[in-house]
Amino acid sequence: MNVVPRSEPIAAPVAVPLPVPYGMLAELTHRCPLMCPYCSNPVELDRRNAELDTESWLRVFGEAARLGVLQVHLSGGEPTARRDLEEMIRHCVKVGLYTNLITAGVGVTPERLQAISEAGVDHIQLSFQGATAEVTDHVSNFRGAHERKLAVAREVRRLGIPLTINSVVHRANIHQIPDFLELALSLGAKRIEIAHAQYYGWALRNRGALMPTREQVFEALDVVEEARERLKGVLTIDAVVPDYYAKYPKACMNGWGRQSLNVTPSGKVLPCHAAETIPNLDFWNVREHSLAEIWQASPAFNAFRGTDWMPELCRSCERKEKDWGGCRCQAMAIAGDAAATDPACHKSPLHGHLLALAEADAAAGVTDYDYRRFTTPDRAQ
Amino acid sequence: MTTEAASARLPAAGVPRLARGVRLRHDEARGQWVLLAPERVLQPDPVAVEILKRVDGERSIDAIIDDLILAFSVERGRVAADVDAFLAGLVEKGMVEVAS
Ligand code: SF4
Ligand code: SF4
Repeated sequence: MNVVPRSEPIAAPVAVPLPVPYGMLAELTHRCPLMCPYCSNPVELDRRNAELDTESWLRVFGEAARLGVLQVHLSGGEPTARRDLEEMIRHCVKVGLYTNLITAGVGVTPERLQAISEAGVDHIQLSFQGATAEVTDHVSNFRGAHERKLAVAREVRRLGIPLTINSVVHRANIHQIPDFLELALSLGAKRIEIAHAQYYGWALRNRGALMPTREQVFEALDVVEEARERLKGVLTIDAVVPDYYAKYPKACMNGWGRQSLNVTPSGKVLPCHAAETIPNLDFWNVREHSLAEIWQASPAFNAFRGTDWMPELCRSCERKEKDWGGCRCQAMAIAGDAAATDPACHKSPLHGHLLALAEADAAAGVTDYDYRRFTTPDRAQ
Repeated sequence: MTTEAASARLPAAGVPRLARGVRLRHDEARGQWVLLAPERVLQPDPVAVEILKRVDGERSIDAIIDDLILAFSVERGRVAADVDAFLAGLVEKGMVEVAS
């Protein structure tokens, strides 16, 4: 799975004392047949025996709906690895959640899709690691993955379920953006996400093999802009920009603890999927607390909420409620301090350092991936 | 007057329904109606909500207009134009389908 911090607000902010979350990402499992080197899951993956059981998930979905969550994203790992997925979808629909399934589409039979459809899923996002079999199979380290994804996409459309194609771009496939667009159109998708890899966890480990050059990034931005105009009304293109070469940081999660939350396979609740890369944050678990309690009172959610935690540089800046000081995980990764201004901001004293890192990685030409896997030799299944 | 009929973009006898993947619901937590679509949360204004509540896959556009006139005692020409423009916009976005 690759989840991207959105840069556009999904809805207008609401004036209530404490923000009410709009979306919840439910990482049902970390099990996945693919091994993407930019996977947004943590380097320390949860094993099957640590996963929440069905009953706990159903309770969490109910609590989410009552808290005000409107859309739930069932993700992973590969969410179809959970046998109880259909039961969860039925429950989400019952409690009124808009239900979005994010799948890699490998190992999903037509019968399974039929059951998922009947359970009432609203929308399916299917990832493609490349626009051609060669690239998909190489990046996901799974032979035949591309063919299987094509079959799943066709089946999703045959069932009449709206389809989004998710593509994460980096040095090995950034030149394929026009092909990704073609692919999405040919499969009958109404929407495509073109997300530049975000460098935390696995992607940070693999930055040397993933980082595109500045020229590639700017060319990619032009291609997307042109396509947006041309395909208006036919294909919605949501892009997540690469911030290493940017002037301003992304409005990560539209602000920490403002619009969304993320539940890990073992029940920890995070303000964003990468938050565990920040040491010493105290994450509460749905096994011990209700979702509402966690949203309102957990130390991790309150650590960077609003603007009070900000360094002076951001606090005195007119963009502070636009980009919320950027990404806390990136501040941690590059500045070694989660409460620093995101080094992607040109005002950060570390901006030059970040740029130099990106340029060095892009030029070094590393090609071997450290593929995503469970960290002990026997892969949990 | 037939001007609004002539400029209408959708057939008045057509039956609109929300496309699969689009849902209208009341959002208790924030006290408002929302239209949910893939990765989108839209907040329709009160007029739009009244129209959307009547988009049930059974009523025709004409029937929806009749209904609104009854409910709010408003003038036909205005309502017809509003309904047509609003639904045509959603058709363009792929959020509403009209069966004739
Ligand atoms: S390995 Fe790839 S497909 Fe599997 S969860 Fe990670 S990003 Fe998704
Ligand atoms: S200084 Fe802080 S608030 Fe201002 S643009 Fe940079 S990151 Fe955003």
